[in-house]
Amino acid sequence: MLEVLDVSGLATIQDVGRTGWRRFGVPASGPMDSFAFHAANRLVGNLPNAAAIEIGAGEIELTALQDCVIAAAGAGFSLSVYIWDFPLWDSCFVRAGWKIRLRRNGFGMWGYLAVAGGIEVEPVLDSRSTYLRGNFGGLDGRLLQVGDVLRGGKPSRSLDELAARTLIQDARPVYRENPIVDVILGPQKDRFDEESIRTFLSSSYKVSLSSDRMGYRLEGPRLSPMGGADLTSEGMTMGAIQVPADGQPIAMMADCATAGGYPKIASVVSADLPLLAQCTPGKDSVRFRETTVETAQEKYRALMRKIKNGVVESNET
Amino acid sequence: MKPQLLPLGDSALLVKFGDEIDLGINQRVHALDALLRAKQIAGVIETVPAYATLLVHYDSLVLTYAQVSDWVGAEMDRAESNATRKPRRIEVPVRYGGEDLDFVAAHHHIRAREVVNIHAGREYAVYMMGFTPGFAYMGKLDDAIATPRLETPRTRVAAGSVGIAGAQTGIYPIDSPGGWRIIGRTSLRLFDLKSDQPFLFAPGDAVRFVIEAMDA
Repeated sequence: MLEVLDVSGLATIQDVGRTGWRRFGVPASGPMDSFAFHAANRLVGNLPNAAAIEIGAGEIELTALQDCVIAAAGAGFSLSVYIWDFPLWDSCFVRAGWKIRLRRNGFGMWGYLAVAGGIEVEPVLDSRSTYLRGNFGGLDGRLLQVGDVLRGGKPSRSLDELAARTLIQDARPVYRENPIVDVILGPQKDRFDEESIRTFLSSSYKVSLSSDRMGYRLEGPRLSPMGGADLTSEGMTMGAIQVPADGQPIAMMADCATAGGYPKIASVVSADLPLLAQCTPGKDSVRFRETTVETAQEKYRALMRKIKNGVVESNET
Repeated sequence: MKPQLLPLGDSALLVKFGDEIDLGINQRVHALDALLRAKQIAGVIETVPAYATLLVHYDSLVLTYAQVSDWVGAEMDRAESNATRKPRRIEVPVRYGGEDLDFVAAHHHIRAREVVNIHAGREYAVYMMGFTPGFAYMGKLDDAIATPRLETPRTRVAAGSVGIAGAQTGIYPIDSPGGWRIIGRTSLRLFDLKSDQPFLFAPGDAVRFVIEAMDA
C-alpha cells in the first residue's frame, strides 16, 4: 500500500488500456509512453496489464505503508527512496515507512511508478486505466490527490527476488529533444497534394502548449487537404495525425476519441510514439520520416523483445 | 464499389466501403463487423464500425499487416453474400419540446407538432457510435426536418437530450458540450457503468422514437 503525500501535474492510474469498448465510443486510454510503462511493470515482475502510476509534468511523493518493491521509468524525472537517489529503469526494495519521490529532472514529460503486484483498483469496462474526461477508471476517474491510499496486489515472486533488477542499457528507449519519428502515410494521403506531403515530411513541427493526453497539437507549415477538411467520421487510434481546416496537424494520443472527422495524413509508428509523447509542449519540435508498415512492425517487435528479455539482476551489469 | 483495405498506422487496418453517409453502405459495414466478431482470431483486438468504414485494431506483436488484411479480405467475400442481418430494435420514449424545437419548425415553415410527428414517424439506424461513450449517430432524417447544427455549440447539453444535426439524429448520453439542435428529452439511460449492459445502443441497432409527451 502507498499513500500519496504530495502530488502535482497529471498523476493517474493507468494499465495497458481499455479495449473492446471503442465501438461504443469509449477511448482506449492507457499509458502515454507504453515503453516506460511496460519496462516498469516488467522490472517488478508484473504482468503487462498491471496498473501503475503515470505522472505527467509534475511531481509525486508517496509513503510505503508496507514493504514493497517499486520501479520507475520514463523521461524527465529522478527518483529518490528514503534518503537515497535511485536511477530509473531499476527495481528497488522499499521498507514500510520510507518515502518515494519522483521529481522533475531534465528532458521528458511522463514517468511511471510500478509496484510489485500492480495497483489494485476496481476495473471499469475491463480496465483500470483512468479516463479523465469520462470521469471513470483508475481512482474514481480522477487525478491522484493528497491522502489517496493505493492498494497493491500480490507480487509474482518474493520481494527479495524482485528487488535490485535493472533493464539493460541496450533495451532502453533513446529519448531525445526534437526527435525524428517514423510515420506511415495515409489513409487519407490522397487528400493532400505532393507539395503538402513534401512539406509534412521535410518541416519541423512544434508541440503546442495546448496538448494533453487526448492529443498533441503541432505548429508549423500549413497543410491543405484538397476539397476541404471534412471527412465522413471513421475510426482512429493513438498516433494518427489529423489535419483540420486550419492546416495544423494534431497527433492523437492515449485518450483520443474513437473516431474522427478530419483527414489523416499519416500515423506515428508504435515504436516511436514514446519519443513523441515525451516531447515538452511549447519547447520541443518533431520531424517526420516516412516508413512502411512492415518496417514499423519489425521495429516494434524488436523493441518489445528487448524489454521482455532485458531485465537482469543489477549485479550482472 | 469493392472495399479498399488500408493501413492506419502499424496497429489498425481500415476497410473502406465508401465516402458518404448512406444506409446501404453502412449495412455492408455492419455485415462485415458481425462476421469478423463471430470469427475473432488471436491478435485481433476489436473492430470499430463507422459510417462507411470498419476499423480493425490488432496486436502487431501477434499479427502482421499482411496477415490481417488476408484474413479480412477472405471474410469480406463471404460477408457480401450475407448482408441481410436482422437488427436489434429499440424504442425510445421522448418528451418533445427542447430548446430548439421551435427553431427547427420555423426553419422548415412547419409547426412544432409536425416536426415531432415526422421525427417519431420512422425507424433509424445506428450508423456508428463515438463523440462520447454511448453516443449513437442515427439516421437518416426526413429532409423535411433536417437542420444544420448550431453555429456556436453549447458548453453544456444535458444527458438525455435528443438532437438533430443535418440529416442525423442522436441522444446525449452524458452531460457534455454539443452543437446539435435539441428537440426533446428521454429519461432512458444510455450509459450506465453499474449495469451489466452499460450501453443502451450498439452500432447497427434500429431505433424508433415514441412520443411520450409534447411540452407546449
